[in-house]
Amino acid sequence: MYHYDEYDRALVTERVAQFRDQVARRLSGELSEEEFLPLRLQNGLYLQRHAYMLRVAIPYGTLSADQLRTLASIARDFDRGYGHFTTRQNIQYNWIELEQVPDILERLAQADMHAIQTSGNCVRNISTDAFAAVAADEVLDPRPLAEILRQWSTVNPEFLYLPRKFKIALCSASADRAAVMMHDIGLYLYRDANGEMLFDVMVGGGLGRTPILSQPIRRALPWRHLLSYVEAILRVYNRHGRRDNKYKARIKILVKALGIEAFASEVAAEWLHIKDGPAELTEAEFSRVAANFLPPAYLPQPATDLGYGTALAQDAQFTQWVQRNTHAHKVPGYVSVTLSTKPGGDTPPGDVTAAQMEQVADLAERFGFGEIRVAHEQNLVLPDIAKADLYRFWQAACEAGLATANIGLLTDVIACPGGDYCSLANAKSIPVAQAIQQRFADQTLLQDLGEISLNISVCMNACGHHHIGNIGILGVDKNGSEWYQFTIGGAQGKQSALGKVIGPAFSAAEVPDVIAHLADVYREQRFESERFVDTVARVGLEPFKARVYQREEVRA
Amino acid sequence: MNNLIRLGSDGAELATVDPWMLALTPPEAPTGPLILSLSDWLARQTEAVLRGAQTSADAVCLQPDDEAEQLESYLAVLPLIAVHFPTFRDGRGYSQAYLLRARLGWQGELRAVGDVLRDQLSHMRQCGFDAFAVREDKSAEDALKGLAGMSVLYGRSAIEPRPLFRRRGGL
Repeated sequence: MYHYDEYDRALVTERVAQFRDQVARRLSGELSEEEFLPLRLQNGLYLQRHAYMLRVAIPYGTLSADQLRTLASIARDFDRGYGHFTTRQNIQYNWIELEQVPDILERLAQADMHAIQTSGNCVRNISTDAFAAVAADEVLDPRPLAEILRQWSTVNPEFLYLPRKFKIALCSASADRAAVMMHDIGLYLYRDANGEMLFDVMVGGGLGRTPILSQPIRRALPWRHLLSYVEAILRVYNRHGRRDNKYKARIKILVKALGIEAFASEVAAEWLHIKDGPAELTEAEFSRVAANFLPPAYLPQPATDLGYGTALAQDAQFTQWVQRNTHAHKVPGYVSVTLSTKPGGDTPPGDVTAAQMEQVADLAERFGFGEIRVAHEQNLVLPDIAKADLYRFWQAACEAGLATANIGLLTDVIACPGGDYCSLANAKSIPVAQAIQQRFADQTLLQDLGEISLNISVCMNACGHHHIGNIGILGVDKNGSEWYQFTIGGAQGKQSALGKVIGPAFSAAEVPDVIAHLADVYREQRFESERFVDTVARVGLEPFKARVYQREEVRA
Repeated sequence: MNNLIRLGSDGAELATVDPWMLALTPPEAPTGPLILSLSDWLARQTEAVLRGAQTSADAVCLQPDDEAEQLESYLAVLPLIAVHFPTFRDGRGYSQAYLLRARLGWQGELRAVGDVLRDQLSHMRQCGFDAFAVREDKSAEDALKGLAGMSVLYGRSAIEPRPLFRRRGGL
């Protein structure tokens, strides 16, 4: 894990003092709301429907047990006892008082955390694979370069007032679990035959009102040029990105308007000026940062563990959970475990109570090496659990209410906070997610449907990433009432695809039925163990549309 | 008064004397030297100035849509360059300043004008501005407090071309 040094600590401490002063000036009226707005956004503070929301950065989704306890203490002392993990691997608190924010930031700073640039028109939290450094299919650890990028992009004076927000993600495994292609800059990291670290750089992805998947701009960029190349992209974007219309201000619109070739040659011309300058990374800097990310002291595990085998044989529920919620590990005898934040019932997706956060922190210390990851699917990952401990771990996770065996299934709903909190929302998301989870509570049916990602957003900002859900739901407002538009066939990863709209929108009450019909068509049409998304790709939208809307006509 | 902060060799101070008048639309009867938009500046110069043979009496002000490179052939004759922030949320002026200092080698006064406020001054300073005409309804004395900013800069800037990793001891 990365540990702050004197520079990191000085920066967050000074930042807290600076924002404390800015809040005081806002409260005294010296700063107008217009002047204060970008300052508070760059410190993670939004004004929502009922209160301020504070979004805390979790760089590349990695937390220590103590950091998670700090997050729990903030939930308990300053909010209503819970926090919401987001699709950018961050955490949000929804019931915050402006006057208390400097104290919250101070508590974060004491735990080597901050809320810097979690909002605003600047470079946001750098995100990567929740299974970084442990996934069996990973080529190399992306975290040192993610941390180098985090530092470089933090309070970088030239790029704090970009045309729009700017998101960067890295991935270095054969499967892309970081949704790289929906980022403003996406970085695929790998090694060539000589062991040199290289990047394939993607640019111009983003969801929102105009969803676009990114395009390759530069293949095989040597790692030493990471910062100068990103700087070149940002300078071209800062100078030429549109500022007249916030819906056309993301870099994806600039890339589309110029065309990828013209945009790439602008970047290449800019890069030529800086590529061999002081921004070029050094071995020494890489080693300094990488030294923070050494593997933990894994213990040799027996080739076969009798206890584990027996538990699998005797406890079907445990077996189901192992199948759904564990992920293959680099080190023999270990797995990574995903704790579902989506048990259904009254719990909105991504919401975790202070007590649960403390239980997860304890589990991470008791069974792992004290580390927790946040997945962009809004679940928590414990990266290093020995198979020999897995049964006891599962029992403890069950007690904490975090052992729902639904990772990747229909009830593992990804949803934005929606109209219950967010002032941008056109509709509610949480009750819709809950209705779906209730409808598909039957484990046999759920497991039979297999992998289906279901994403809900309720405004064009697409925080719930509905465009890349196998089933995507977008809440819209029509004449003051809430409607839900469906897309199907979206996907994340290296085979990313944007879902296609199936037809007119539905009321909230109809949503579970619509999904039931989509599920029925899938079960009739699927070929052997084909996944939902593959069936959609093979048979097209028509059979799904026919079923969903035929019913509409009959009823009308 | 232009509500002006200047960085000098002895640090920042409020400018008591400043003859320049920002004139994005040229006044009929100017009372002192003018800071003009690029098109007005070009229109008012003699052939000798444009050729680089004579210093200009007028300063130029870049608007966000202007390219810093458009000034390249006039740097030797310009007395001052201003960069206009119509709103403090438009960040193009930061890149213009960086380019003027780091790439085009502008050594003279680089002045931020327009919506220039205390909480952005440190970023402007790091991008190479050395004069700040604080928005007229704000106190320049108060704005001075925003000039220092934070002591840590991870990345690099016009006034500190080396990223932190090259400034750490021994590297």
